[in-house]
Amino acid sequence: MARIAQALLKRLGGMAIVLALVVTVVFIIVRVTPGDPAAVMLGSDATPADIAQLREKMGLDAPLLLQYGQFVLGILQGDLGQSIFLNQPVTTALAARAEPTFFLTLFSILIAVAIALPVGILSAVKRGTIFDQIVVTLTMVAASVPSFWLGLILIQVFAVGQGWFPASGYGGPETPFLERLHHLVLPAVALGVVNSALITRFTRAAMLDVLGDDYVRTARAKGAGEGRVILKHALKNAMIPIITVIGLSIAMLVAGAVVTETVFGLPGVGNLVVSAVLRRDYPVIQGALLVVAAIYVLINFIVDMLYILVDPRVRL
Amino acid sequence: MTTMASVSMPFASGLRRLFGNRAMLFGAIILGIVILAAILAPWIAPYAPNKLSIINKLKPPSMTNFFGTDEFGRDIFSRAIFAGRISLLVSLGVVVISTVLGVILGVAAGFFRRLDAPISRLLDAMMSFPDILLAIALVAALGPSLTTVILALGITYAPRLARIVRGSTLVLRELPYIEAAVAMGLPTWQILARHVLLNLASPILVQATFVFASAMLAEASLSFLGVGVSTDMPTWGTMLASGREYMNNAPWLMVFPGLAIVFSVLSLQLLGDGLRDLVDPRLAKES
Repeated sequence: MARIAQALLKRLGGMAIVLALVVTVVFIIVRVTPGDPAAVMLGSDATPADIAQLREKMGLDAPLLLQYGQFVLGILQGDLGQSIFLNQPVTTALAARAEPTFFLTLFSILIAVAIALPVGILSAVKRGTIFDQIVVTLTMVAASVPSFWLGLILIQVFAVGQGWFPASGYGGPETPFLERLHHLVLPAVALGVVNSALITRFTRAAMLDVLGDDYVRTARAKGAGEGRVILKHALKNAMIPIITVIGLSIAMLVAGAVVTETVFGLPGVGNLVVSAVLRRDYPVIQGALLVVAAIYVLINFIVDMLYILVDPRVRL
Repeated sequence: MTTMASVSMPFASGLRRLFGNRAMLFGAIILGIVILAAILAPWIAPYAPNKLSIINKLKPPSMTNFFGTDEFGRDIFSRAIFAGRISLLVSLGVVVISTVLGVILGVAAGFFRRLDAPISRLLDAMMSFPDILLAIALVAALGPSLTTVILALGITYAPRLARIVRGSTLVLRELPYIEAAVAMGLPTWQILARHVLLNLASPILVQATFVFASAMLAEASLSFLGVGVSTDMPTWGTMLASGREYMNNAPWLMVFPGLAIVFSVLSLQLLGDGLRDLVDPRLAKES
């Protein structure tokens, strides 16, 4: 127990440092804008008075260190600034769009894992067979397909062609929850299939690593059934790289969601970021970057903690 | 059991390497075709990429327009070939920038113990941002242009290379010949240039190939979103974005640019996998 607490504290310390650096990187990104960010945001029609007003509102007149201090203080108080174009706090804008992104990411990872685990395990068990070669080839192809392109094809076939799913949108708050989720089927499949490629490859490689080990041979020699050998002895020991890649995939899914939400017209965080970029709404961009990076750091932390649960030999 | 293993393993491993090399050869051929088509675009494209022909708008693939025409009657085949130029140029630029940054950061972290912790934490922080999100934030800050897209993606992918370089440098630093070079009083820059960088070439080459593939996908995504390279020349991403509106009646508008992306990225993945197996045959079993 003391060992787990010690590992937890050590990782929490590391996480705090990385988060502090994430905040600093986000702060710097907006400040590297050539010229005046306020002028860039307001466009060429803005008057000097408008620009001065926005500079004051964004706190750009203050010395850089003071700006940084105010930025950090704001984050600690849960204040990510004010969206210039939406005229609402960035946290409100992000919260309002969190639902589709959350469920899109969740369903995509579930689809990816549901494909990758059985296919990866079977491919390793049947190594060198035609099935294995087809899996290796298909994962390579799937990893080369842009998820937005697959999304466009799915829309064409299953929304426009068959009419089974809506082609775009999410429905408003008055739309029943299940109907809202119905809108997520095609985007989740597009993202999930593309991301299953990496998890399948890692699962296959991790299983190949352990299937030749002595304890697997011993289990077989003791007369354990093949299913038990694979699932209990081999898979359990192959879980660490698999968990790592699933954790990594969640970050990739968030990146994929940015583009996929645009293809399917989902009013999620990705769509918010893209429109913020097109309108140069810097507070929204930096707020979204910060939240997504923080979630990623948190997922990494959870993955590290899962290592200890899966394999008690792991020292963090 | 031992005898069986010792007989069957070289055969199986030989077969695997042959399969792997064939895949690598396939990748190299496809990539070669894409690169040649891009270089020779003005000579092999049947039409100018932006040549309008309204009477020929949205024509399906035919002998005069191999991939059909778009909503302005422009030839998709010619545009796809010219788009390859932008895509390759951006990806190549990204590889150069991320390699230079990655090598500097990775060698510094791996060779100089004091710099390891701060640089590694910075890399952790940079890798916390999903690639597309960081790239579009940087493009938003710097303004969309060819240079800024290359710079943004280069910065985004540099930590990936830095991680690999750091890991390899940590191993190299402990090797006897490096210790001997230090003991002989060789200047640090000479040790780094002659003994470290030279030995890093293989892992860098492998990782750079994968960064090339990722950059190509990312560039297409940025162009599709409308925050990519701002140029008169078509890109595969912008072709897909503009073809979207007509995809019900003219599916070829999205089929061919999409296939161009898939084949180019696939060729790089195959090449990267093959190179990795050649550099480190222990990893060959994973592919």
